[in-house]
Amino acid sequence: MKDAATHYCQGCGHSVIHRLTAEVIEELGIADRAVGVPPAGCAVLAYFYFDVDMIEAPHGRACAVATGIKRANPESIVFSYQGDGDLAAIGTAEAVHSANRSENITVIFVNNAVYGMTGGQMAPTTLLGQRTTTSPAAAGREAHREGYPIKVSELLASLEGSTYIERCAVNSVRAIRRTKKAIREAFLTQMNGEGFSMVEILSPCPTNWKMSPVKSWKWIDEVMTPYFPLGVIKDSRKGSKKDAG
Amino acid sequence: MKNKEKRLMRGSEAIGEAAVRAGCACYFGYPITPQNELTEYMARRMMDTGRVFLQSESEIAAINMALGAASTGARVMTSSSSPGISLKQEGISFIAAMELPCVIVNIVRGGPGLGNIAPAQSDYFQATRGGGHGDYRTIVLAPASVQELYDLTRKSFELADEYRTPVLVLADGMLGQMMEPVVFNDKEILPEQLPDKPWTVKGAKDRPSRFIRSLLLDVDVEEEQNWRLYRKYQRIERREIRHEEYYMKGAELAIVAYGTAARIAKAAVKRCVEKNMRVGLIRPISLWPFPYEHIYKTAETVKHFMSFEMSTGQMVEDVQLGVKGRAEVLMYGRPGGVVPTPAELFRVISRAYNKIAREK
Ligand SMILES: Cc1ncc(C[n+]2csc(CCOP(=O)(O)OP(=O)(O)O)c2C)c(N)n1
Repeated sequence: MKDAATHYCQGCGHSVIHRLTAEVIEELGIADRAVGVPPAGCAVLAYFYFDVDMIEAPHGRACAVATGIKRANPESIVFSYQGDGDLAAIGTAEAVHSANRSENITVIFVNNAVYGMTGGQMAPTTLLGQRTTTSPAAAGREAHREGYPIKVSELLASLEGSTYIERCAVNSVRAIRRTKKAIREAFLTQMNGEGFSMVEILSPCPTNWKMSPVKSWKWIDEVMTPYFPLGVIKDSRKGSKKDAG
Repeated sequence: MKNKEKRLMRGSEAIGEAAVRAGCACYFGYPITPQNELTEYMARRMMDTGRVFLQSESEIAAINMALGAASTGARVMTSSSSPGISLKQEGISFIAAMELPCVIVNIVRGGPGLGNIAPAQSDYFQATRGGGHGDYRTIVLAPASVQELYDLTRKSFELADEYRTPVLVLADGMLGQMMEPVVFNDKEILPEQLPDKPWTVKGAKDRPSRFIRSLLLDVDVEEEQNWRLYRKYQRIERREIRHEEYYMKGAELAIVAYGTAARIAKAAVKRCVEKNMRVGLIRPISLWPFPYEHIYKTAETVKHFMSFEMSTGQMVEDVQLGVKGRAEVLMYGRPGGVVPTPAELFRVISRAYNKIAREK
């Protein structure tokens, strides 16, 4: 990490997830090969914090940009860092097809159930009953009007090409440790040339959820994880399981 | 005669072969008629040469894959036809803003909307005015023969690298399908022979980390970046204007046409000259930068111009900007994928010429 104060709000999950990703990159000794791809979203400025090569992507296109980098320069270790609006709405096609081609890239997918950067609008992962600025009804998001929250990990896991997919959270010390391990597994999958890996991370957004940081941690446990179950969603690796430790 | 091999080639193959011989390491594309022959040619040639060919899930994905690949310093190309080029525009704007080199081929078809697959020149505005959002330009080259498809595609890679900017090659299905002899007047470069670029993101080995971005939240910084790009575009305007003249000596009426339209115009102008009419042709080869200055100088003596386009009239606005009121500017166009015959254009020119002669 660079020696910089982040612009993230109090209690936001992005800074923790940055730290975990950077630690894994350092511990695996791949900092001089790593290229990060943050698209438009709260984390678009991630290049001010990560001390590795980075390139911004247009909103939704991080998987395509990462594909281009990896195909042109297979020695690099390429990761995208995407929000739920980015990956599961505007960039769904790029995510699905990168997974389906088993692109040898790693996706860090931050699911905070809202569009953070643009001010808390409804995301494809916004839960039923959750109120946002664009699902403002008293009943919040309702399936008959706004559809259902998308389970991205399960969706991508159903594709033959995806290799390693795990869903984690960053709302407790234990969960954070588990997330770091998952990120490590995902990068190892790529280092071993085994194809598409993704870690979905349930991440608090106290500002847009209009909750205190402590309350938003609880909300992840009580509301998010029942719908988005934690754990390894898919692991079709052959070689690298022994590294899992 | 080394490197002077002459081959009978189809237009789309000439584009593809030029890319391969320029050391293009990655091609990304999505099927759309009338440019599928190019994508298919790239599929075969890139696989044969062990380079990257990827059929993307959309034109949006293709341009963003090109963006990513370009950021590693590799020479990259993507191609499409009009509706697909519209989809690429956000990406092209990012590539221009990030100052990445990239070659984009548009085999223009009749529009708007789905239009048809016939040859057209109706994407001129989009190509020459930036195309996407923001203050930027792309270099636009308009070949008019298979040899030029080869030469100008090759040149596009060099210009893209030199100015770190997207370069568009504008052609149509007629040029793409045409068979003509091509001479390779150049030396093949392999991707690994290209010099390293000092701005790439490939991993921070033995150097500090870098980033490439286009987001500049501070308006002063964004303004300065815009002026920096503007100065680059001015440099391109000073150095990269290309055009050709045909029977312009002593001409009283100058036809201005590019690409396929210029081929038709050449045949029509030749007939005019045979009938002792003082008609010539100016053929812009670079559509941006446009040969304004040359047209302005020409308008000192030539008092009548006619823009001839396969559209309702787009380049005509540049011709007007060129003459700056010094001469009359006429327009003859056929939009929607109609390709006028030389005989038709000859009749149109004759009528205009006789009217000019009568009024003198
Ligand atoms: C083409 C395009 N459309 C819309 C936007 C505006 N925009 C920027 S970020 C964003 C969504 C951010 O939400 P998410 O991806 O969930 O990430 P978060 O900010 O929550 O981390 C949107 C809609 C944009 N930059 N580009």
